[in-house]
Formats: sequence, C-alpha cells, structure tokens
Amino acid sequence: MYVAVKGGEKAIAATHDLVAQARRGNPNVTEIGVKQIREQMKLATARVMNEGSLYDEDLAALALKQSQGDTVEAAFLMRAYRTTLPRFGSSQPIDTGAMAIRRRISAAFKDLPGGQVLGPTYDYTHRLFDFTLAADGHQPVQVEEAAQPLDISMPRVPDILGDEGLMEAEVAPQGDPAPTDITRDPAEFPAGRDTRLQMLARGDEGFLLGLAYSVQRGFGGNHPFAGEIRMGEVAVSFCPEELGFEIEIGDITLTECQMINQFTGSSDVPPQFTRGYGLAFGQSERKAMSMAIVDRALKSRDFGEGAAFPAQQEEFVLYHCDTIEASGFVEHLKLPHYVDFQGELELIRKIRREQEERRAKAAATREGVEA
Amino acid sequence: MDDFRANGAQQEARAFWMGVLARASLKELRAALSLAQVELPGVEVVKASETGTLMLEARAGGSGQRFNAGEATMTRCVVRHGETLGFSYALGRDKDKAMLAATLDCLLQDEERRGPVMSKVVQPLADLQRRKRETESRRAAATKVEFFTMVRGD
Repeated sequence: MYVAVKGGEKAIAATHDLVAQARRGNPNVTEIGVKQIREQMKLATARVMNEGSLYDEDLAALALKQSQGDTVEAAFLMRAYRTTLPRFGSSQPIDTGAMAIRRRISAAFKDLPGGQVLGPTYDYTHRLFDFTLAADGHQPVQVEEAAQPLDISMPRVPDILGDEGLMEAEVAPQGDPAPTDITRDPAEFPAGRDTRLQMLARGDEGFLLGLAYSVQRGFGGNHPFAGEIRMGEVAVSFCPEELGFEIEIGDITLTECQMINQFTGSSDVPPQFTRGYGLAFGQSERKAMSMAIVDRALKSRDFGEGAAFPAQQEEFVLYHCDTIEASGFVEHLKLPHYVDFQGELELIRKIRREQEERRAKAAATREGVEA
Repeated sequence: MDDFRANGAQQEARAFWMGVLARASLKELRAALSLAQVELPGVEVVKASETGTLMLEARAGGSGQRFNAGEATMTRCVVRHGETLGFSYALGRDKDKAMLAATLDCLLQDEERRGPVMSKVVQPLADLQRRKRETESRRAAATKVEFFTMVRGD
C-alpha cells in the first residue's frame, strides 16, 4: 500500500547536495571527464548501453559519471532518457555477416576461412597487476599493423556447417514479419524467439551469466561450443519515409556469439547441431555468450526436451532478467511502507493478545478442574 | 535539377554522400569545408534538428527471424534551398552536424555545384573513413593466429 507522505523536502534537497559531493570525491583529485570515461571505460559503457537498451556511448559515459560507476543506476538513466525521445522508426535488419571485424574466434573450428583473429582481449593476459598504469606518464603503446587487412567478408561459422545440413538452419519465418516490440506491447507467453531475444539483449549480464553457468553445470542438459564469437563495426541502414530509399546513418560496435550444441535428434528432427544466439552492443563477450547459451536452453520446448531446469523456464528467465525491473522492485522496499507495516504490527499484536487470552482461559479452566 | 527520388543511379550517388556525411563528425565536416573553401547556401529550416531513437533490428543467428536488439539515438534535420530539400539522418545527438549535413545535401543536389563539393569535401571524408577502417583491420590482422602443427611419434 502506498500513501502520500508530506515532509522530507529539506532532507531530500540536502541529500542531493551530499550525493553530488560524494560523487566528486576528494576535490584535490582531478575530476574525471565524460570523454575519458567514453574512451577508457569502453567495456563499462557497453554494459550500460546493453542494459539501458540504448546505443549512445556519450550518454552511457555520462550515466556512469552521474551514477558513480553504478552500472544498474546508469542503465536506469538510459532507460529514463529514452522515454523522453520520439521514435523515428526501425533500422533495416543489421547484417553481422558484413561486419568490419576486429575480433573473431571459433572454439569449434581451428582452420576457418578468414582465420582466428584474437583482437583486443584479456583472454591471454596473466591477470597480474600492471602497476605502470597507476604511475603517471604511461607511454602510449605502438600497435603492430599487418601488411594486409583482414578479408572483407568472413563467413559465419554455423553457416559453414549449415552447407552440410548438419546445423539447425536459421531462416526467417514465412513473410519475414516485423518483430514484436516489448517496449510497446508487454511480452506474452509462450514468447516468440523475437520477444525472447529482445528481452535477453536487455537482460542483466550477471543474471544471464549465472543461468548460462547453471546450464553448463548440468541444469539445462546442453553442452555448448563457442561456434563463433565476432566483434567489430556494422553499418546501420534506415529507410526514411520522406526520402523513399535506404541510407547508412553510421556504424555501431557489436559482439555476436553463435553457440552450437549437440542434439541427438527426436522423432521429427534428425541428429544435428542446434544453435543459440547472442548479440550485444559494444565489446560485450560475456554477455553475448551467456545470452546465446540461455537462448538455446529456452528452445527446449521446440526440441521436446522438457523444461525441468530454471534456464529452460521462459517466464522465470524472461520476467526476471531485466536489471531495471528487478532493481526497481527489490529497491522499492526502501520507500516508506509505514502504513503497511503499521497494519502488520496491529495484526501481530492482535494475534498475540488472542493467543494469550486463550492460554489464560485454558489455564483457568485447568485450575478449576484441579480445585 | 535532378530528381533524386526517381533515378536509381542518382539515388545511389545521394545515398553514398549521405552515408559519408552521417559518419563524419562535426569537426571533420567543418575542417573539410574550410579547407575546400565551400560557400554554403542560405537555407530555410523545414524541420529543425531533432533527436529521437531508431529501433535497431537484427536477425536470430544472423540470418533468421528478425528481432529488436535495442535502440540507438539518432538526429535528423530537413532544410530547403529554393525548390530543393536537403536531409540529414545520423546516429548520435549532434544537432549542429545534422543542420550542416542537411545543408550540404541541398548543395550536392545542385548539379552545377556538386562536382567540386564531391571531390573536395565528400571524397576526402570518404577516404578518411576508409583509411580508418583499413587501419583497424590491419591492427586486427596482426592478431591473427598462425597455427603450427607438431607431429609426435610415428
């Protein structure tokens, strides 16, 4: 129950000032700039864009500064800002096959056309502190440049196996329908793949990571291979009505993950590899991998695998993966529930009183019998 | 005046310069213009620069069912010079850039003035964008794995 409570304005105004001061920290230390965050905290801004479901690196950097680096609060700022903007339309479906690749690996195929490109990754670092980063005047690194750029177009790994018919096909349904949009219409269950992928793309990385881990540990009956992970820039195309033809309006950075899983087949489907798909803004490999594993786990119904494990239960996964909704509901408990609580208090007191009265009565009756 | 709505080849040319202008930053646009000493036409604002969002669609597995991957900020602007409408659409929230790019779109539709603007502004910006992409690609290519296979025993 919610009740309007008056008072507290002065305290609230004071807390706004105090949080601004806390955010600034020691004023003798140089203030961090939004551009610095955008350029030097790219993996954090990517997470804010993903869970805020809005691609804008400058805004994500500002959100991180304003929230003192709290990614959930920062994502909340992105979602709130989004609601103030008009929607100009939808892009043409992004073609990740035409990505300008900066990283592309496969854990399933060693010799794939186009090669294994490690790109910028922490995978092969020793996780030892680099104290030179803490010292001022760190020298810029000279990076190596190969004589030849990468191949213009690299086939997606599952498409290579697809040619042999061993891979579940990913083809558009009849008529290539426009996708459902959960920002316009609430999700319905059972959810289509479009609804599911949209919700997972906005989902909390930590929650999806935990679920993906549960699948791997046996709570989901799948053994995934990282068929391919690719990261780089893709063009965004849009066809404005007043123009009447398609134009490119810029590039965005995306991470795509194609998980492949063994499937022994059913009465309808021959033995083959099945697929899970993950797509995330920026360089967000852990998110894209987790999403792909959970996407596959949620296909269990399509393959007649049942839904015995949490990661296979659509309503459980999709209703609880949203950072903003989850933190909103958990954290709303901080808001005044005085009347609620007063009611509970009265109830407990009443039950106690009645219990004591019953006990007293019973004791009196016993005494009467003994006497 | 060419009709850039009807003609396929001209449409393609216009889509090319609009894409180049959309990818350029305001700073890059201004630098290219000042270097080329291009005089901008006076334009009337039809639709002032406005920021909104574009829903980004993707496909499951890269090739399958369409889904909404999330939104992106985007800014658009429409200006008029005589009979010609100039448009600009670009990711991000730069309203000054949108105005400048729309003005350039107007100018580029003028057959008499297109040549020098293409060669001195659009083409150099396109080259800059291509070089940047190629550098990124060469840097990534330097991290390509060359496998050595060790044969053991017999």
